[in-house]
Amino acid sequence: MRKIRTILIHLLLVIGVAFVVAPFVYMVLTALTTDNFSLPSPHKLMTDTKTFANFAQAWGKNHFQLYFLNSLMVTLLTMAFSLTLSACMAYAFARFPFPGKELLFRVFIFTLFVPAIINIIPQFTILKALHLVDTYQGLVLIYVGSGLVGSTFFLRGFFERIPRELEESIVIDGGGRFTIFRKIYIPMSLPAIGTLAIFSFQGTWDEFVVALTVMKSEAHRTLPIALQLFRGQYATYYGLFFAASIIALVPTILVFLIFQKQFVQANLSDGSLKN
Amino acid sequence: MRKALKQYAQVSPYLAVGFALTIVFVMYPMVKGMYISFFHYNVIKPETSEAAGLSNFRHVFRDPLIGTAFRNSILLALVTVPGQWVIGLVLALLIQAKTVRLKVLWRLVYYVPVISSWIVVSYLFRFLFADGDEGIVNYVLVDLLHVMRDPVNWLQNTWTANAVIWIVSVWKGVGWVMVLYLAALQSVPKSLYEAAEIDGAKPFAALLNITLPLVRPLTLYVMINLINGAIQAFIQAYAITQGGPMDTTQLLNTYLYKQAFQYFDFGYASAISVCLGVLIFALTYTQQRSIGRDRIEY
Repeated sequence: MRKIRTILIHLLLVIGVAFVVAPFVYMVLTALTTDNFSLPSPHKLMTDTKTFANFAQAWGKNHFQLYFLNSLMVTLLTMAFSLTLSACMAYAFARFPFPGKELLFRVFIFTLFVPAIINIIPQFTILKALHLVDTYQGLVLIYVGSGLVGSTFFLRGFFERIPRELEESIVIDGGGRFTIFRKIYIPMSLPAIGTLAIFSFQGTWDEFVVALTVMKSEAHRTLPIALQLFRGQYATYYGLFFAASIIALVPTILVFLIFQKQFVQANLSDGSLKN
Repeated sequence: MRKALKQYAQVSPYLAVGFALTIVFVMYPMVKGMYISFFHYNVIKPETSEAAGLSNFRHVFRDPLIGTAFRNSILLALVTVPGQWVIGLVLALLIQAKTVRLKVLWRLVYYVPVISSWIVVSYLFRFLFADGDEGIVNYVLVDLLHVMRDPVNWLQNTWTANAVIWIVSVWKGVGWVMVLYLAALQSVPKSLYEAAEIDGAKPFAALLNITLPLVRPLTLYVMINLINGAIQAFIQAYAITQGGPMDTTQLLNTYLYKQAFQYFDFGYASAISVCLGVLIFALTYTQQRSIGRDRIEY
C-alpha cells in the first residue's frame, strides 16, 4: 500500500515535469534544426540533423551582441545602485532615531500595495521633463527608484535582528556609524543582500514594459525588446528566433543555478537525507 | 527641535538619495497619475492640456471595450489564481511527502518557468498554439491523441485565445507558489502530524486542520500577489494575441497601454489606471489588513 502510494506520487510528479519541460524541449529542438521557414513538424524535429548554426547566426546577426551588452550594462548598474541605496536606507530605518520615522516607513509600505502600472505614464512624463527618454540613465533611474522601497523593507528586517552589542567593538576602536555599517551590518547580512541581488538581476534582465516605453531608438534597446524585433524581422526563421530566445534565457538560469544553494540550504528537509 | 535637526543631519547621508528617488519615481508619479486623469493630457505640450473634469472617468464606464477588458481581466484572475494556488500547493505537498526522493531536483525543475523571461515564454506558447497543422499542440491533440478531429485556430477565437493566455499564466506561476509552500511546510513541526496520525486523522483532514491554518499568513501573502499579478497581467496578452482578435482578448492593462502609447490619450489611460488601482486595492485590502495581524504560533 505504502509502496503504491510512493510510486503514484512519483508518477504525478513526472507527469507534471513533462508539462513543464515539454515547451522547452520543443524550443531547443527547433533552435537546433535549420531551414525552419514555417514551424517545423514533429517529424522534422526528430529526424533532422542537429546543429548549433542558429545560435552562431543569432549571436552574430541583428546587433544581438549590442542588445545583450545593453541588457547586461543596465542590469548591473541597476543592481549596484539599488543594492547600495537600499542597504543605506534599511540601515537608516533600522538604527537611526528621527522624528516621523515610522510614519515615513508606513507611507513607503503603502506604495508597495499600489499597482505599478499606475506609475508608468507619469514616470514617462517625468523622464520627458528631465530629457531622459531613450537614455540608459532614465531607464536605470526608473528601475532603481521603483525597486527601492521593497528592498529596503526586506533588508530592514535583517538589520534589526543583528545584535547591537556587536557594534561595541567598533565604537571602542573609535569607529563611527559608517564603519559600523560597513564592518558589521553589510557582512552579516550578505545572504539577504545576495538574495536581493538575484531578484534584482532577474527582474531587471527580463523587464519589458518600462523598457518598451522608455527606449525608443533601436541601438538603445535591451534584450527583451530586441527579441520582439528579431521575430518581426525573421518571422519565418523560427530556429533563429528560438536560438536568440535561449541565449537570452541563459544568464538568468545561470545566475539562479549558481546561487540557488543559498535558497536551498536553509530549507533542505530531513526527509531527503534519512531515506 | 535642535535635537530633531541633529538627528535628521545624522541620518540623511543614508536616507537622502534613496528617499529622493522614491519620491520622484514612485510617490510623485502616483499623485501625478491621478492628476493627469482629470485632463485631456497633451504629451507634447503638457502646459496646453485642457481640464477634463470627470469626463475621462465617465468614458471609462461607457467604453464597451473597457467592458471586454474588465471581463477578461476578472476571468484571468478567477482562472489563474485558484489554478496556480491549487497546483502549486499540491506539488509542494507531493514533494514534501516523506518517501519522495530527489526533492531538490523536483523543486529546481518546477521552478525553471518562474525564472524564465516572460517575453520568451509568451512567444514560445504563441508558437506552440499556432494555427492549423503547424502548431505542435494541434499535432499532439489531433494526430497523436486523436482527441480532436480538426486542428483548432487557437489564437483566432476569443475564448481559445483567452485560454492560451490563462495556460501560460498558470504554467509560469505554479513553481513560485510551490517554492513558498515548500519552505513553509518545513517549518510546521512534525510532532503535530504525528499526534494527528495517532488520533487516526486522514492525511486530507490533517491538511485542512493542521497545515493550512498554520500557513495562513503565507496563503494571504500568496493570494495578494497572485491577484495583483493577474489583474496587472500584461506581457502574456501583449505578446500572444496583441489583444486580438478584434480587441476581444484585451486586458485592462494592455488596453490602457494601447490608449496611452498608441493613441497618446494619456488622460483617458490614466483614468483607467486609477480605476485599476482602486480595483486591485479593493480586492486585496482585507487581506492586506490581516497580514500584519497574523503571526504563525505553534
